[in-house]
Amino acid sequence: MRARGILIYALLLAITVVTFSPFVLSILGSLKDTRSILAWPPRIFSPPFHPENYVRVWRASPLFPVWVRNSVVLAVITVVVKLLSCSMAGYAFARMRFPGRNLLFWATLATMMVPYAVTLVPNYTIMARFGWIDTYLPLIVPGISDAFGVFLMAQFFKTLPRDYEDAARIDGASWFTIFWRVMLPLARPALVALAIFKFQASWNDFLGPLIYLNSPSKFTLPLGLNFFKGQYFHFWELILAGAMFNAVPMLVIFAIFQRYFIKGISLGGLKG
Amino acid sequence: MGFGGTGKRGAGYPAPLFWFRRARTREILTAYVLIAPHMLALGVFTFFAMGFAFYLGFHRYDLLSPPTFVGIKNFARILTDRDFHIALRNTLYYTAVVVPVQTELALFYAVLLNRPVRFRTFFRAAFYAPSVTASIVISLVFIWLYAKQGIFNYLLTRLGLPATIDWLGNPATALPAIMMMNIWSTAPTFMVVFLAALQDIPDSLLEAAAIDGANAWQRFTRVTLPLLRPSIFFVVVMGTIGCLQVFDQIYIMTRGGPLKSTMTINYLIYSEAFENFRMGYAAALSLILFVLILLLTLIQKRYIDVEVQY
Repeated sequence: MRARGILIYALLLAITVVTFSPFVLSILGSLKDTRSILAWPPRIFSPPFHPENYVRVWRASPLFPVWVRNSVVLAVITVVVKLLSCSMAGYAFARMRFPGRNLLFWATLATMMVPYAVTLVPNYTIMARFGWIDTYLPLIVPGISDAFGVFLMAQFFKTLPRDYEDAARIDGASWFTIFWRVMLPLARPALVALAIFKFQASWNDFLGPLIYLNSPSKFTLPLGLNFFKGQYFHFWELILAGAMFNAVPMLVIFAIFQRYFIKGISLGGLKG
Repeated sequence: MGFGGTGKRGAGYPAPLFWFRRARTREILTAYVLIAPHMLALGVFTFFAMGFAFYLGFHRYDLLSPPTFVGIKNFARILTDRDFHIALRNTLYYTAVVVPVQTELALFYAVLLNRPVRFRTFFRAAFYAPSVTASIVISLVFIWLYAKQGIFNYLLTRLGLPATIDWLGNPATALPAIMMMNIWSTAPTFMVVFLAALQDIPDSLLEAAAIDGANAWQRFTRVTLPLLRPSIFFVVVMGTIGCLQVFDQIYIMTRGGPLKSTMTINYLIYSEAFENFRMGYAAALSLILFVLILLLTLIQKRYIDVEVQY
């Protein structure tokens, strides 16, 4: 029995090494100088370390801080927009009776099966027609509808007891007031889970910005990093340090909100 | 999943009929206002877009001059397009390897974490970390790790293997190298789905099986696995949909090369649409991809999503 316990911890540690070592290696790599990062045999565990690489990458291109700012602003706007539209639609689908409700809800769910590639080409054409190329609108506006988010919010609203709504309604509150003042505050756990998911999706998105953004000053950080790689392809320590500006904030957010991630996946995934 | 009854409101109030009618109208109107932003965006950027993809598939369109109708020419061209054949083969090969391996790995991670171990939150976070990391970061890090004089080759030499492989520069190893990386980064996502499902399995079932003399392996294969079928179906379907659309890593790491050995369908769609501006042909390709995804999902539904009851 004891041997078995040791075996399980050994396996857990081994998998931790496999899943986590690329992060450790790239942080160590980001602290090397240009020559020793490419040395053979690799010397990434031995000093000297150069934490000033992180300042160098920030200053290497005047655009780098701009990309970080663009990414933050875009992610925040996307999250706010999605939280609003998904909670509104989710509440209506979960609690209100109106003609076409089931049909529209199933239509929403069915779109989760539509691959991104199918709408990519026509949507690019639509955006070009709107004159939205090289703006953030194509990255924000289609996201107002989010099947996963609507489903997640609807599922969550259905689990809430009706007592609060009934009490508010007897007090004469309108549907809007009940939604905004009663239900939304109660839905905080689901909203946090959804916010984290959608922040991650926007923060990490590569294809959307790649297609819609042309001017380097409008790039988001993922796209900027790819551009940066093209310009600084000899300076791997800078490329890795730059990548950490994207990876570390996400890992920190995940570490803080871990249980919301897990909750969101189980709410939106299977338990229907 | 049905909707519960919604009719219970203002119960006990002896209200006149017209009050109900007005309240009912107000409910309907409010509901439409609440779903309007979502439904409008869905209507334009998903439903209209899908119809438009269908329209474009039968036209030639370069974004500058108006679309011209070409009948089934785009689809006929797909049949003889050598690049499409290469992309289809690579994509199916990629999917056939990645989906089973990442599903089993995810299940293995989840079963391990479902045991009463200490520091479970820590291990779960460490396992999950690759899944929250952007494709650009993972791709950049692995270009560096996979370099000819990189750490991956160094580890192989320490194991006594002659390792001077240029992983991403060699047509024989480029796609497997990307597969390995994506299995590493996607398995943890699905691990969470399995973890949630495992925690839903009632202990009483496993205890009953144990009392009946089933050993741990039998309990896993006879009780746990059958109950996980819906989750396995979900993970396999979502994994397949993801794999058939693999793009970011290909674009960042190899651009479909070397010698088209990492050319995938989505990469082909991207280059036809946004490098050659053949929007019609790209739309036709994306419809073929859609059909492929639907077909594979139906097959998987037939063989995996079988109702189990105890």
